Amino acid sequence: MTLLAIIAILFVGGVLAWLSERLFNHGSRWITLLCLMLATALLGRYWGDFTSATHGSSGGLWWDSLQLTWIPRFGISFFLAVDGLGFLMMALTLLMGLFGLIVTWNEIKFRRGFFYFNYLWILAGVIGVFSAMDLFLFFFFWEVMLIPMLFLIAVWGYEQRTYAAIKFFIFTQASSLLMLMAIVALVYLHYSNSGQLTFNYRELLAAQIAPTTAYWLMLGFFIAFAVKLPAVPLHTWLPDAHTQAPTAGSILLAAILLKTGAYGLLRFTLPLFPEASVAFAPVAMSIGAVSVIYGAVLAFAQQDMKRLVAYSSVSHMGFVLLGLYALNTIAIQGAVMQMIAHGFSTAALFALVGALQHRLHTRDMAKLGGLWTSLPKLSAIALFFAVASLGLPGLGNFIAEFLVLIGSFGSSQWITVVAAIGLVGAALYALLMMQRAFFGKPRNGNADTADNDSVMDLNPRETIALLSLAIALVILGLRPQPVFDVAAPSVAAVIGQIDTAKQAHGTEKTTPTVYTSARGGWPDSNPTGGESP
Amino acid sequence: MQQLLAWIPLLPLLGFLILVAAPLFSRRELPESISAAIGVSSVGLAALLTAVVALTIFRQDPSAVLQVSLWQWLNVGTLQLGFDFHVDWLTLVMLAVVTGVGFLIHLYSAGYMRKDPGYRRYFAYLNLFVCAMLLLVLADNLVLLYLGWEGVGLCSYLLIGFWYKDPINGAAARKAFIVTRIGDTAMAIGLFLLFNEFATLNIRELLIATGSASPNDSTITLAALLLLGGAVGKSAQLPLQTWLPDAMAGPTPVSALIHAATMVTAGVYLIARMHPLFALSETAMSAVAVVGALTLLLAGCSALVQSDIKRVLAYSTISQIGYMFLALGVGAWSGAIFHLMTHAFFKALLFLSAGSVILSLHHEQNIFAMGGLRRKIPVTFLCFTVGCACLAALPFTSGFYSKDQILLSAWEYYHGFNGIWLAGMLGALVTGIYSFRLLFLVFFGDEGSASAHCEDANNGTMTLPLLVLAVLALIGGLLAPPLQAVFGEIQPLHPAFWVEALAIATPLAGLAIAWRLYLHRRRPLAEPSALERFWFSGWGFDWLYERLLVRPFLFLARINRNDIVDALYRGTAAASRLLNLLLTSSQNGQVRWYMTTLVAGSILFLALLVAL
Repeated sequence: MTLLAIIAILFVGGVLAWLSERLFNHGSRWITLLCLMLATALLGRYWGDFTSATHGSSGGLWWDSLQLTWIPRFGISFFLAVDGLGFLMMALTLLMGLFGLIVTWNEIKFRRGFFYFNYLWILAGVIGVFSAMDLFLFFFFWEVMLIPMLFLIAVWGYEQRTYAAIKFFIFTQASSLLMLMAIVALVYLHYSNSGQLTFNYRELLAAQIAPTTAYWLMLGFFIAFAVKLPAVPLHTWLPDAHTQAPTAGSILLAAILLKTGAYGLLRFTLPLFPEASVAFAPVAMSIGAVSVIYGAVLAFAQQDMKRLVAYSSVSHMGFVLLGLYALNTIAIQGAVMQMIAHGFSTAALFALVGALQHRLHTRDMAKLGGLWTSLPKLSAIALFFAVASLGLPGLGNFIAEFLVLIGSFGSSQWITVVAAIGLVGAALYALLMMQRAFFGKPRNGNADTADNDSVMDLNPRETIALLSLAIALVILGLRPQPVFDVAAPSVAAVIGQIDTAKQAHGTEKTTPTVYTSARGGWPDSNPTGGESP
Repeated sequence: MQQLLAWIPLLPLLGFLILVAAPLFSRRELPESISAAIGVSSVGLAALLTAVVALTIFRQDPSAVLQVSLWQWLNVGTLQLGFDFHVDWLTLVMLAVVTGVGFLIHLYSAGYMRKDPGYRRYFAYLNLFVCAMLLLVLADNLVLLYLGWEGVGLCSYLLIGFWYKDPINGAAARKAFIVTRIGDTAMAIGLFLLFNEFATLNIRELLIATGSASPNDSTITLAALLLLGGAVGKSAQLPLQTWLPDAMAGPTPVSALIHAATMVTAGVYLIARMHPLFALSETAMSAVAVVGALTLLLAGCSALVQSDIKRVLAYSTISQIGYMFLALGVGAWSGAIFHLMTHAFFKALLFLSAGSVILSLHHEQNIFAMGGLRRKIPVTFLCFTVGCACLAALPFTSGFYSKDQILLSAWEYYHGFNGIWLAGMLGALVTGIYSFRLLFLVFFGDEGSASAHCEDANNGTMTLPLLVLAVLALIGGLLAPPLQAVFGEIQPLHPAFWVEALAIATPLAGLAIAWRLYLHRRRPLAEPSALERFWFSGWGFDWLYERLLVRPFLFLARINRNDIVDALYRGTAAASRLLNLLLTSSQNGQVRWYMTTLVAGSILFLALLVAL
């Protein structure tokens, strides 16, 4: 019931926030804060359960689940569940939601109630996406998070908000329709094979589908998730959406919404279509490596600081794609870590650009420069996150990228070498950003910074919010093991599916006509991912 | 004892944290005295702890080894890494150099950086650097080593660009970070390769695992070459040496600490630490030796013609590290480490003395504007002379003992006369010339344009480190560390008498040539020959890389600034808009137009009917 409660709190809280704005000023963001803290506290209970349960090794993959009948006629149920991977993603969602709220506390100037309604509904949708174990329900939540985001960009965005919002909507909607088709086809094929009509994820895992069809269905899922991720060449909605969205929107987009794509790949595409995924892996890994390089080069070329951060996301999420399709434990764990670390570092960078925009009314790096003199705290914190973004060892991003690369090296050496060049690319754009915005001579020319001393450095609220992310990244860099332990069973389950498929692939080559090896269903507990001693 | 060891890197880290966090708790900037006290004492205590560890455990026992596990870093699949330290004599030498020389330079900095608005920031960066460097040398696995490795790179970047208001400093800083990161990436790929072959990144386990591999195995060679890639980047060796001369943009004590004594020798340490791996591959060994030999000659020639006092020293650092690489390439592991140690003493001394000169002359760095300074700043003159004598390897200085060992090993390794040895000898001659050229131009002869305004800037905190380093540089030759437990027993060298004599005579010849050329006759700056200009520019490497890499990359980035992929989608959008325009134009509200099309359509329809 906890899962349902979390989602309900967010949905209901959104409506309350909207209504409250009419009654008293600023009420909406307090309600939002309250709801988020309540939801986080509820989710936090699982952590206690987990830490006590692992010692007793309770076995099953799900920490908690809830199944209600919804549309029995089509085998659709309201099935929510949480496992290690889902828990990590939900924790990331709520924490980033809190961070985005706190760091932009005073930034929304009009229609606050409606803003926070959208804000909470996005989070509700994302939590739903991370917990739905019924494909129809998953699709439902997938759409729920889209529309409020559209409003966030279109109403509170910057100069070209309408263009960006429409572009975002078309890309996401078109690709999710592909996924819907793939879901329906999968369910239908499963029905015609087994006579059982169901959208239940666990039952569909055992679906028997002819390889060619499976490949096409896999592509349907893959494209939808790759757009969200985003992977080159489906990424072009992202720079516009990220740049034009209000700061809180950019934080949600980068820290959370992109992760739904990665999560979808790991939760659905890989286990539902293991054979097809094995066959497709070299292509996906290449796309990942290309994204790493291409995103870095484009980030380097940008004038607009927010666009630079946006393109750096393309580069970082390339590592996620590379890691997921390397199809081994180390690389997938690295990809999971990258989802979290990238969420933290990019959210902070967007918050910092937002803080700059708020103070100086520009994001154009040609007009910035020498800010260290007037804004030492902001600049020092920006330095930290720029350095995190370029993958400095000791911070979470390094652990992630290192694991992705060392894992994928075993799968494909050359693709990994290409992606590793992205490490140099990251240094190029991150340091260039530091140079152009924060180092150099202080500029006094532009209109709003005529008197640099009058510009306020970070206030305690912003400082605390940003520093807590910084500390989190240091912890992820130095003691990342708890994250790996939590994710291990989920990753092991996917690897189990993949390994069976690889073996099937092997037997298929020798006896091409046989395609009967049953996929191993769902291994109960097979933690190859590492246990802490 | 184990607890004590962990505090060695932790103390500078604490210093860094306190200095960084200070503005969170107080509105006013920390007074300089407090910043200096925190920054200097943290490294001083680390040096003290190192001394305690050395005296209690290592003094009696050359084969002592200390292992400390702090915590498990990660354990994913087959990859297990810990925050583990490993201390043997090799580590101990590095620890002593980093904390000892580091402490002296911190102390010197306290005076040198006085009145700088970024005083606290300076010591914060410097402390972070020492911490990262200590992690690098203490690491028991290659990933922890890599952590320190990149950490020192970051601090180097921050300190080169310390005076951030000048964009030139920023460019030099970025160049340093990016060029070394190219090397680091090669090294990272080396780690991937090693892990996938041997399933461990723990240094000792790895060396045991590779030990059973056949010699000249191609994987081993490749891995060794990739590690060498990391080493040449960090140690500014060919072909990634271009960043170090520019790195002189940072404050002079930084050049002394990072770009002379410690960080740039990390590559030497890496190869020495992984020496059994390199020894397995003849290709890798020759590569190391050739890189060293070429670098020491190229950089030596460039040092001959520089006009900036710090750039002379920068090129001489590249050249001296070339000697260390040469030593590694001929299997003289302990010779390389010995030279690393003595070089840390005398090059730190030279840089700090140069800092005093620069400060005394109010930030003048052109040696042709100096001259005749020996009476005006006598202490600095004395220290600089000691440094130059060591650098040139005059007999009985520390530099002589360590360099002599390297040259003789090169002779022995290839059983007699060979190119590597010849390069080393030529380099020794060049070193002699440029060292004394520098000394003569700065301190002897007529006064230059800047010498008139000279005021001795030395104060207590600056003079003391200079004198201590001068003593160390002189007697360092007697402090050869007992490294046989790490590298195996050294074969006694028995070269021919004339080889030995030549090694002693060459630096003296260099001195004589410099005497003849530079002592009384001040070379005019005008009209440098083409060769001089070529050497001055560092053999045109910057020119080449600019055209080969930088410009094509910038061009690519610029033309694709608006993302060519997006053109595809913009095209689709434009096409649909065009289609929309076409269709809407048919619906223009004119009855005449509707009638015409209606009639035309009917006729077409009828015609089709008839035709069928």
